[in-house]
Amino acid sequence: MTIPAEYMLILSAVLFFIGVFGFFTRRNLVSLLICTELMLNAVDINFAVFNAYCHPDRLEGYIFSLFGIGVAAAETAVAIAIIINVYRNVHSIHIKRLKNLKH
Amino acid sequence: MSINLIIFSGLALVMVIAALFAVTSSKIMRATTLLLFVLFGTAGLYFMLHYSFLGAVQITVYAGGIVVLLIFVVLLLGKGSVDVTQTSMRRYMAGTATALTGMVLAIYLITSTDFAGDKFTAEDVTMKELGMSLMGTEKYNYILPFEVMSVLLLACTVGAILIARKK
Repeated sequence: MTIPAEYMLILSAVLFFIGVFGFFTRRNLVSLLICTELMLNAVDINFAVFNAYCHPDRLEGYIFSLFGIGVAAAETAVAIAIIINVYRNVHSIHIKRLKNLKH
Repeated sequence: MSINLIIFSGLALVMVIAALFAVTSSKIMRATTLLLFVLFGTAGLYFMLHYSFLGAVQITVYAGGIVVLLIFVVLLLGKGSVDVTQTSMRRYMAGTATALTGMVLAIYLITSTDFAGDKFTAEDVTMKELGMSLMGTEKYNYILPFEVMSVLLLACTVGAILIARKK
């Protein structure tokens, strides 16, 4: 017996909105990055589940998940470079201190 | 209750609890470690879908690469990376309201929609099939995104070095 597709989709929805909640409440660049990873991860689960349950003979969702993981890795590398640079210039990675681009 | 359902429930429980603590913990090192549990749980889900290669990629790239990078930056920044300030109550309420509304809406839509069908077959995707699909040039083959992906990775490597190096 297999698990219904809905269970997996609900799990990924819950994970995604936990990430959204974190994005609203955290005030630190590294924490925000962690929340982004959670959301990207939930989206990857969705792609794989839709592929496996709706079109098991094709590989669209599978390969989209693979590319999603690759993009997430690239995004993290650049984001961490930016965070290190921000820390070097502002001596803090707290969101409140980063307001030079605001106006 | 089938064994699959038990395994899935265990994974789901671990993932949701780890994710909740990862976004609420004030220590970033702890949050990163909890994120690792969520990522391992996701790899477990892929293995349950019989997508072994995707699960392996998830473990090597996410757990082996991204989390190590995050831990590296947390250790590098030291005191600077501690989330000391308390989030204001108003922001907390806004976050909770948004997340709960979205979650309820998404779960309602998922449960009320009839998907194209449960055609799930417990078969592994073979490496040959996957490689042909990834490197082929015909319809439903993905050589072009694959090459674009490699250019993107090269660009981001160069960009990251350029941004992070000392003047």
